[in-house]
This record gives sequence, structure tokens and C-alpha cells, in this order.
Amino acid sequence: MKKTNFWAWLWIVLGAVYFFLPLYGTLDFSLREQRGILSLLAYQNVLNDPHFRNSFAFSATMAAATIVIGLLLIVPTAYWVHLRLPQARPIVEFITLLPFVVPAIVLVFGFIRIYSGPPLALTNSAETTNILLMFGYIVVALPYTYRSVDAGLRAIDVRTLTEAAQSLGAGWFTVLFRIIFPNLRVALLSSAFLTFAIVVGEFTLANLLNRPAFGPYMVLLGQDRAYEPAALSIMSFALTWAAIGLIQWFSRGAQGQGQLAGTR
Amino acid sequence: MSQAVRIETRGAPLARPVTRKISWAWLGLAPFFLFAILFLLWPSSSLIIGGFQDPTGNFTLKNISDLFTPSILNSYGLSIQISAVTAIAGALFGFLLAYAAILGGLPRWIRTALMTLCGVASNFAGVPLAFAFIATLGRTGFLTAFLRNTFGFDPYQVGFNLYNFWGLALTYMYFQFPLMVLIMAPALDGLKHEWREASENLGANSWQYWRYIALPILLPSLLGAMILLFGNAFGAYATAYALTGGTLNLITISIGQQIAGNVLYNPNLGYALALGMIVIMAVCIGGYTWLQSRTARWLR
Repeated sequence: MKKTNFWAWLWIVLGAVYFFLPLYGTLDFSLREQRGILSLLAYQNVLNDPHFRNSFAFSATMAAATIVIGLLLIVPTAYWVHLRLPQARPIVEFITLLPFVVPAIVLVFGFIRIYSGPPLALTNSAETTNILLMFGYIVVALPYTYRSVDAGLRAIDVRTLTEAAQSLGAGWFTVLFRIIFPNLRVALLSSAFLTFAIVVGEFTLANLLNRPAFGPYMVLLGQDRAYEPAALSIMSFALTWAAIGLIQWFSRGAQGQGQLAGTR
Repeated sequence: MSQAVRIETRGAPLARPVTRKISWAWLGLAPFFLFAILFLLWPSSSLIIGGFQDPTGNFTLKNISDLFTPSILNSYGLSIQISAVTAIAGALFGFLLAYAAILGGLPRWIRTALMTLCGVASNFAGVPLAFAFIATLGRTGFLTAFLRNTFGFDPYQVGFNLYNFWGLALTYMYFQFPLMVLIMAPALDGLKHEWREASENLGANSWQYWRYIALPILLPSLLGAMILLFGNAFGAYATAYALTGGTLNLITISIGQQIAGNVLYNPNLGYALALGMIVIMAVCIGGYTWLQSRTARWLR
């Protein structure tokens, strides 16, 4: 074995240990609720907890709304920039980078300052707070969604597709929803899964806007139980793995699609 | 750019009167701009303005000068320290990993597996990550118990504590170094074989190749990635909150306490805290973008 090979293997093994050890530790820990034997009791407790089901359902619904509204907002915008307004690209790209500059904790602070009083008192009722939360999620996911859609649009010939559809008599609605959206399905599915993973595990926005989401539920459970949080951790890891796995499976062959995101 | 030029020369849309085209075309972006103003620009600029106001709305610099009191400086300092430590350590370890997988002469599947694992790990953050580390390295965690029972070695006896600075840094590393691998992989791919061969033909040894060719080319992406890692840790809230329960006085934790009203409540000072964060993050992202544009020259 060559010397360089030895060092390369050493770093890879160290990386693998750092990656797998906490997962193995968590899995082992989550199975030890009953003293002396391995059992799935912690998982049963979590799954039978109505708060778990309610908060997960709430977050999953929020994620679905975020994906649909977010894509309806971002795909036509990115499409329009590609087709008609290339001069608007720097402004739009700048805006899509801003969520990195304004962390979630700062964003929610601004939301509370603006929307907890007149003229737009959105935080006064649960329904309008949910809407505010959804738009907050769209902001958090914006950089990833926009990039994914933009990369998808670069890969297809937007202009030719649009002109072909229009010369066959299609209106803008038909062009967008029957030509552009289907042609972008890989990019759309990638960003949808990523958004789902981000929203379901999100804690900061939901907690400070006082909504009964999955993230705050996990923290509450972590404060008074020992084994159930480990079980939850394994379950959310499986969820992240599924989301990323599906993204990589859908976008296999596509270059430079390394998506990085998350709520820290 | 080529896209823009091509569109201009294609012609068909220009058949319309120019003034009308411009106004209608910009209207197509109205929903996006409305969204950006309502849920991004207005909330953040209101905090920036609020940082310069007293409770009655008059202009003041008092909030900004109040930022320079010891407790608040400590908060910023702690956040900067943990971000710097995890950015440097994460960048070093991530670079070595990416280098090993891409240029280390290992089988191809190692590289594919590493990229997938890093994609997952860089997204596995926040509350579940904190729980995973508590279950592994907490006082009764799996690894702590294993070390104690097998080797009679208790990490907590020799000063280790998951719930302090170094414990949190160890936890942050879980999403930091995978991010570094994901960013550095394309840059390392961009190192062309021809460059190495050319330098060897000219009599350079391995050290000279790294010192005078590879490192200068990689430096902007290395620094850029480190800045991104710094910002990544600096804005983190959920992981720290779930792990330490808010006892570690990071700047994000302080802002969270301001929002929840758990401290002496002075909203305008809170806005100034947020303003400070925005400024630091803006410097990070600005630096990253600038370095990225320098890197792009070599990655064709």
C-alpha cells in the first residue's frame, strides 16, 4: 500500500467514525428504555403520543403549503428572468442570497416587530400566524429553491420551448404549467424534498411565533424525557436521509447539485 | 451574460414598442418583489432602523454604544469564538477528507459514498443533532457509558462537558466539516492533471507544486468556504438552544431571550443586537461572494 493511500484511508475512516458514531450511539441509546433489554418502547411511546402526531401533522402541512406557494412564487419569477428580464438577474439573485445574511432568529424578530401590531397584526390569530410562519419558511428555503430552479432552467431551452408552445396557440398559463413545470420536475422535486426536510425540523421560527410545530415539540420532549428524544432523533435522521437520498436519486447525472441547507 | 446577448439579438420580442415592453416585463416580477419586501426587506430594515431609535422613536446612537458593554461583547465574542474554532477545524478536517476522497487514489465508490453522507450530515442539524450528541456523549450517553464501563475512563472526570463551549463546538463540527467537503470537492476537481505534469516537467517537486500552483489556485475557495462555515455557525440557534438550554450566552441565544422577553426588556437594544448580527453576516457573505467570483476564473 502506498504511503499517500494510507493517509487517505486514515482520514476517510476518521470521517466515517465521526459520521456514524453519534448515529450508532443514538440508536443504541434509544433502544434501552427498558432496563437490561433492547426494546422499541421509546419509539412506541413517541408514536402513541398525540402531541407527536399533532405537531408532526402540523409541520407536514406547513411544509406542503410552503412547497406549493414557494414554487408558485419562485418558478414564474425565475422563468421570467430567464426569458424576458436577464437584466433583473443580479437584483433577484441578491435577494435570494439575503436569507443567509438575515438568520432565522433575526428574521423572526423582524416579523414580530412588524406584524404584531397595526396595520398588519398577523400574530393576533392562529391562522394568520400560520401564514406568516409559512412565508418565513419560504424565505428560509429561498436560496436553495431559487438555485435549484435556476439550474433547472439553464438546462432546458426556455426560449425555444416557449416560442414553440406560443406558436401552437398556448397562453402564458399553459406555457408555465404544461411546458415549464413538467420540464423542471427534477429541480422541483429536489427543492420540494429539501424544503420538506428544512420545514419539518425547523425550531426557531415556530418556537418564537408560538406555533405547535414539530421542532418545539422535540425540544419540550427533550426537557423531561431521556430515551424518547433519541428515538425522535433517529426518526428525523431517517427523514433527512430519505429526503437527500431522493434528491440525489432524482438528480443523478446532474452536475454540481450538492445542496446544503438546514436550520442550525 | 451570453444568454442576455443572445436574447437581444434574437429579435422577436423587440418587435413591440420598447417602453411598453419594459413596464409589462417588470410587472411579471411584482409578486416576487412584493413577497421579498413584505417578508424579508421590511422586517430586517425595521430592525436596522429600530437599532437607531429610542423607545419613543427618536434617532439615537445609545443602543449602538450600549452594544459595547461587557455582557453583550461577551455574547458576540463567544459566538465569534465558536464560529471561528468550528470554521477552522471544520475546514481543515473537511479539506483533508475531500482531498483523500478525490486525489488520494481511493476507489471511486468512496467518493460517491462520502458525497452522499456529507449531503445528509450537513442537513442533519438543529434539535435532532443536539439529541444525538446528548444520547452519545451526554453524562449517561452511549459513548460515555462505554468508555466508563470498558476502560474505566470517565470523560466527565477529566473536564469534558458536552454542555459547554467545547461540547457545542464538537456538535457543530457534525454539520461543519461535511459542508466543507461539499464546497471543496468541485474546487479539487478543478485542479487539472496538466498543471501537475507541467510543473513536474519543469522540475518541481511535490512541495513546490503545492506551494506555487495548487495552493494559490485553491486559496480563494478555501478562504471562501471558511467564511461560509463561520457564518453557518454564527447564525445557529436551534442546536445551541436544544443542547445547552440557553445557558451558553451566544448572541443568537441573547436575541432569542430578548424576543421572549426573559431579560430586562429593552426592545431597541434587542434591535441593535440583531443589527450587529446582520452586519457580521453581511461581511461574511460579501467576502464569500467576492472570493467565489475569484475562484470561478479557474473552474472552467
